Amino acid sequence: MSEHHHDTHDHHHEDGPHSSFKGYMTGFLLSVVLTTIPFWLVMADVFENRNITALVILGFALIQICVHMVFFLHLNFHSEGGWNMLALIFTLVLVFITLAGSLWVMYHLNHNMMPGMMHEHNLSP
Amino acid sequence: MSDAHALSHASPGDNRPPLQFLVRGEHHPQNATLLGFWIYLMSDCLIFACLFATYGVLGRNYAAGPTGADLFDLPLVAINTALLLLSSITFGFAMLEMQRKRLNGTLLWLGITGLFGVAFLGVELYEFAHLIHVGAGPQRSGFLTAFFALVGTHGLHVLFGIIWLATLMVQLRRHGLIPANTRRLFCLSMFWHFLDVIWIGVFTFVYLMGVL
Repeated sequence: MSEHHHDTHDHHHEDGPHSSFKGYMTGFLLSVVLTTIPFWLVMADVFENRNITALVILGFALIQICVHMVFFLHLNFHSEGGWNMLALIFTLVLVFITLAGSLWVMYHLNHNMMPGMMHEHNLSP
Repeated sequence: MSDAHALSHASPGDNRPPLQFLVRGEHHPQNATLLGFWIYLMSDCLIFACLFATYGVLGRNYAAGPTGADLFDLPLVAINTALLLLSSITFGFAMLEMQRKRLNGTLLWLGITGLFGVAFLGVELYEFAHLIHVGAGPQRSGFLTAFFALVGTHGLHVLFGIIWLATLMVQLRRHGLIPANTRRLFCLSMFWHFLDVIWIGVFTFVYLMGVL
């Protein structure tokens, strides 16, 4: 926080992120492309293998989320002294644990509850 | 930092009241609001993470009912995605107008953003009504319960965003672009763009992967 801020109350937009037309348009055009490709991949059935399609559209979603974070939410390592980024990283860790943990545990639970699997499971040491 | 600056000016003989320091330090709550709001958004993100996890677990439990491939109308979802994306960029334009201190431009773009938001909600409500009409309501299967919980929560957020937007437009008209309103606009801007980020997850994970 530099000294001159304390006297002038007119320069208040410094307290929020400064945005530019170019930044918003870049973000918008990138997201249009990143949205259109997954929809096209699914609606036109481009890949034979569904798992490949799923992985590819998940990849596009991750890239688009990053684009939105950078160009629309103006996230960087300097804003709020890095606390924004720190909170985001912490949240992402929690989100990952929640998602991966739930899917992993419940998948194995379903798997082991299958009638046929019960017997097999008991045989293994 | 400002305290050190003020101290260096205070000579021993100078009996200026130290109250000056407090007044000078009054600047900080501005930043704290934005950081606090960001932390709220992160906690909201955790709510959605739980709903996504629930959908991930229950998403294939159809209970012999309709599947995602039977129900989802992708062109409709594409329209919805386009509406939300457009509302994001128009909110960006409103923020640019606000930076240039143009009240009318800000109000105009905020109004357009609100209309896109209402159109998004309208399409979503139409979709929900259609699903319930064909007997695929939230009670039908685990998949549909998780679907309505996740997409409904997002829609509810958009609804509250629109109410907030309308309130803020009234505030702006009444008081102009005062620092308090500028701060509120920054918060709403984060909220709105955050909802768009969540929607990326929804259309990818629920709709596109649902019809695969």
